Amino acid sequence: MKYKVLDNKDTRSGFGAGLAELADTHPNVVALCADLIGSLKMEKFIEKAPERFIQVGIAEANMIGIAAGLTINGKIPFTGTFANFSTSRVYDQIRQSVAYSNKNVKICASHAGLTLGEDGATHQVLEDIGMMKMLPGMTVINTCDYNQTKAATLAIADFDGPVYLRFGRPVVPVFIPEDMPFEIGKGILLQEGTDVTIVATGHLVWESLLAAEELEKEGISCEVINIHTIKPLDEEIILKSVQKTGKIVTAEEHNYIGGLGESVAGMLSRKHPTKQEFVAVNDTFGESATPAELMKKYEIDAEAVVKAVKRVIAR
Amino acid sequence: MSKTIEELKSLSTQVRRDILRMVNAVNSGHPGGSLGCTEYFAALYGKVMNYQLPFTMEGKNEDLFFLSNGHISPVFYSILARFGFFEVSELATFRKLGTRLQGHPTTHDHLPGVRIASGSLGQGLSVAIGAAVAKKMDKDDSLVYVLQGDGELQEGQNWEAFMFAAAKKVDNIITTIDYNGRQIDGDTEDVLDLGNLHAKLEAFGWVVLEEKNGNDLEAVIAILERAKTETGKGKPVAIMLHTEMGFGVDYMMGSHAWHGKAPNAEQLENALGQLTLDEVTDY
Repeated sequence: MKYKVLDNKDTRSGFGAGLAELADTHPNVVALCADLIGSLKMEKFIEKAPERFIQVGIAEANMIGIAAGLTINGKIPFTGTFANFSTSRVYDQIRQSVAYSNKNVKICASHAGLTLGEDGATHQVLEDIGMMKMLPGMTVINTCDYNQTKAATLAIADFDGPVYLRFGRPVVPVFIPEDMPFEIGKGILLQEGTDVTIVATGHLVWESLLAAEELEKEGISCEVINIHTIKPLDEEIILKSVQKTGKIVTAEEHNYIGGLGESVAGMLSRKHPTKQEFVAVNDTFGESATPAELMKKYEIDAEAVVKAVKRVIAR
Repeated sequence: MSKTIEELKSLSTQVRRDILRMVNAVNSGHPGGSLGCTEYFAALYGKVMNYQLPFTMEGKNEDLFFLSNGHISPVFYSILARFGFFEVSELATFRKLGTRLQGHPTTHDHLPGVRIASGSLGQGLSVAIGAAVAKKMDKDDSLVYVLQGDGELQEGQNWEAFMFAAAKKVDNIITTIDYNGRQIDGDTEDVLDLGNLHAKLEAFGWVVLEEKNGNDLEAVIAILERAKTETGKGKPVAIMLHTEMGFGVDYMMGSHAWHGKAPNAEQLENALGQLTLDEVTDY
């Protein structure tokens, strides 16, 4: 495989590192947190710019409103809490005060998906990508490792408009080179192949690379694309690939309803109908267990990607 | 910006005519609360608030206003037009296809004077607090004004915001609660009683002022001016402004019936007959 494990870190630490850098480079960046400083890795930002940090307490609706208000004279607020409390809990506040009002708020969400693990289904949001991508004008990003999360955190500060940035809790391989540019809305062709296109986001990107390596041994050549920006979707990179392979597997840590897979399917059905298999959670809530156990049980790991590739080839 | 009390009283009557004509023209909208808050808006834009024209979203070094109870958009739009934010003639487009004067205010169409969308209740105070905090960060000592309905205080987000503003000493904000005691389904005390609101707000750490004559222009100006003197002392400031829903039109007062109902042609004529002026300047 072209990509090597450079390190093992959590994506949320990439957010924390990016935010800390913004404390130095972007005087208008303000960070807000709803009583989860440690979980969101905001300590370094607070250390560097205490006057630009707002602890709102366990009051997410108020946090979103305050963030919207902060934008009015040019501040760039980054809100931080778990993905569940960043979206479903405050959907109407985001809809009216941020998206409809077109406010430059960066909604930064950790502990997304199943892999926060033992806390269980109350905290494991699997619907957030769907909710956020349905809001007109909302940019939706789901990063795959520490380096990409840090790069995305820096990139969204320079982007004008509301953004939902989704990342996670578990320690996972770091494999994206530190200097790889992060371009909002542009997918990354990680690995060329000829038989099947795998389009993956978030933690499923590494799993997809592992799956591709496994399939290579069986003589199946996979093209692996990282779609970190789910909205706006990089249609061009996907179309170009499926025109070559004719088959696609999408992989994500999200309900298959409303996720990346549906965005890809919708686009392809209009522009280039293609056989597609989904690696995603099958419209259910999660449960308590270790991240690895959950990924296996809910079939969102490398093994599940291998199976999906074989299914799409067999169709 | 500087008008005499007499001029502002005449303007209030003209604004009431605008409100009724706007909602009648599209047979929808919210005249009751709009009429009840006319003196508040006339006082705010005519005497109390320091704002700049032309309008800029940023509003640096000027006072800002946020309307949380967005359904009283008719009075907001009329006031903005009458104070030069946009042409008075645009009031004729209220709630019509392609208008910037949406049923509830929005920034979506860049209407001058509007800084946030509102309508889904209970969100305005949080947004205003954000703007007030930004002003403090920038050492901008101008003020942030908010208007909230009393009914919308049933939304929990307000209480998150009340708690926050006091705890974080956001003392450059003056919220006014349109304390008319009525909401769509009836009297507030019957729908969901707010209890002793004055005591609750004080217990949340706010300076609480109360004005019983919220439809007396001079009294409204006085209470807002007094509220200004309470800013900058470490506590946020709230005014409970007792108003009468439907004020100025006899058959609209004393009930919640005209919260969200437009008068028909005959009722409009009757109402306009009660709102006479030496010089009518209807759009």
